[in-house]
Amino acid sequence: MALIATQSLTKTYPGGVTALSDLTLSVEPGIIGLVGANGAGKSTMIKTLLGLLTPTSGRVEVLGLDPTTAGEQVRARVGYMPEHDCLPPDMIAAEFVTHMGRMTGLPRTVARERASEALRHVGLYEERYRQIGGYSTGMKQRVKLAQALVHDPDLLLLDEPTNGLDPAGRDAMLTLIHRIGTEFGISVVVCSHLLGEIERICDSLIAIEGGRLLRADRIDAMTTGTDVLAIEVAEGTEQLSAALAQRGLTATAEGRMLLVPLTEEATYDLVLRTVAELDLPLHRLDQRRHRVAELFSTAVPTPSLEVSHV
Amino acid sequence: MSDQSVIHDIGYQRYTGTRLGRGYAARSLFEHGLRVAFGLGRSAKAKIFPWIVIGMVSALAVVVVAIKSQTGEMVLTYQQLPSTISVVAMVFLAVVAPELVSRDLRNQTLPLYFSRPIRRSDYALAKLAALVVAVWLLLAGPQTLIFLGSAFTAADASGVAAEARGLLGGWVVSAVYALIFSSLAVLIASIASRRAFAAGAIVVVFMVTSPVVGLLMALGGDGPMAQIAPMFSPFLLPEGVRQWLYGTSLEVGPYGPVYGLVTLLLVAGCTSLLVLRYRKVSL
Repeated sequence: MALIATQSLTKTYPGGVTALSDLTLSVEPGIIGLVGANGAGKSTMIKTLLGLLTPTSGRVEVLGLDPTTAGEQVRARVGYMPEHDCLPPDMIAAEFVTHMGRMTGLPRTVARERASEALRHVGLYEERYRQIGGYSTGMKQRVKLAQALVHDPDLLLLDEPTNGLDPAGRDAMLTLIHRIGTEFGISVVVCSHLLGEIERICDSLIAIEGGRLLRADRIDAMTTGTDVLAIEVAEGTEQLSAALAQRGLTATAEGRMLLVPLTEEATYDLVLRTVAELDLPLHRLDQRRHRVAELFSTAVPTPSLEVSHV
Repeated sequence: MSDQSVIHDIGYQRYTGTRLGRGYAARSLFEHGLRVAFGLGRSAKAKIFPWIVIGMVSALAVVVVAIKSQTGEMVLTYQQLPSTISVVAMVFLAVVAPELVSRDLRNQTLPLYFSRPIRRSDYALAKLAALVVAVWLLLAGPQTLIFLGSAFTAADASGVAAEARGLLGGWVVSAVYALIFSSLAVLIASIASRRAFAAGAIVVVFMVTSPVVGLLMALGGDGPMAQIAPMFSPFLLPEGVRQWLYGTSLEVGPYGPVYGLVTLLLVAGCTSLLVLRYRKVSL
């Protein structure tokens, strides 16, 4: 069964803004990255999946249920972490998460236990007895994640979970999301405008732009056979490029490096031999996977996806 | 981030137990609202104000009981008590109603509630119910104190029974006050996300008609104008209902049932608008 399926999903706001346009996709359970620039329609998509927004036309299905008609059943099984600040500063984190657990139908004592556990899983221990107002941004993001996790949902919808975090905090958050998706067995949809950041934790990617679907596929399907060899020499880059071309390898320059498609093992030897024959000082030779971002930037004339190399 | 926030491998447990439904969630929200109203489960700072108010009304009740036990005279009847402390109750509302609803608007907590199984109307009604009960407790509490004091000093069983009847009447009047005051206050607070603005708006709405109503009542003498004018003041409307039910308050002539009807329409109207407001709220 598909985790999320949409059929010609369109959402036009009363003001005439089309946030989602004729979106048809189907994704399997796992960690799903939902990428797009700001204003691409990611948040609208999430709210539609939650049944908080009614689509203008088209159909949407989450966990086999239609959120427009069975919103309550969907929301009982889904956890949502909004993009913006949403925590009451004068409440104690443990009490707030307990309250949110009860709001999702957990009996009182269970809610308390699971709240402590959810906070522990996101990495808050003794701090959970302090008021949220005194928390750092990183801790607040963790509480937001804990309140989405407290009722053990089947699907987590995370809207920009790394917002406002420093690089270390981003890494910790992404590692945590990866763990939730793999070890906890909960499917996750992660929204981000930073493709480079989430591509490494996702099983599949949905890329949208201006409300339209660019591509939705499994990540391995996107990157298969796209390995490249990056070569960096101290001098004679053009010379090397010409020599490689003679041997039937098309090298493309990227900054001070040359990129050669790695089709077979022999390519390595061929490159090394060429460098040796020209007697060039070799600085670097490494294999790298084609980044998903590069796929999009070649597929789309206007690369609007902001790529981070954090 | 401290060393403590490193993630340890403690294993995740799926939850297979019971999940209670919407009704339970709404009840939990009501309970939470009631606790918030009295500052329970919150910082000491949040407790100061509600407990000062409670202290004031309890002191009043104690004085009434003391006078009664000394002189046997009831200086303040059960039914008179709500109108005596109505201004205190209004101030309580001006602080607590924004605490209950404006805070969620300001902190943008609503998306967290509405992404859960409860409906928007459940949220609105749970908050209203919490405030109605909180205000009723504030009014009925001192009435009950007076009853306890009087019952112990009553001469015989029939005396106690009379006191109990008086107390029940007092509770009904308190309920009318609680309904009118709370439905107005929650509706006003649900529009303002700043607590100070909400509090100010509540006081203004409650007070704005008082001078005009007072003037009309003075000018009207015993005529219909003096009997109808109190309807337009939130402080006097419940007194009109009390007169209609028990005949112990203002002179409203033949208009008693009209007071009842206006109260009903006011409460129903405010509640509908409140539900509508949350249906329209943008997330």
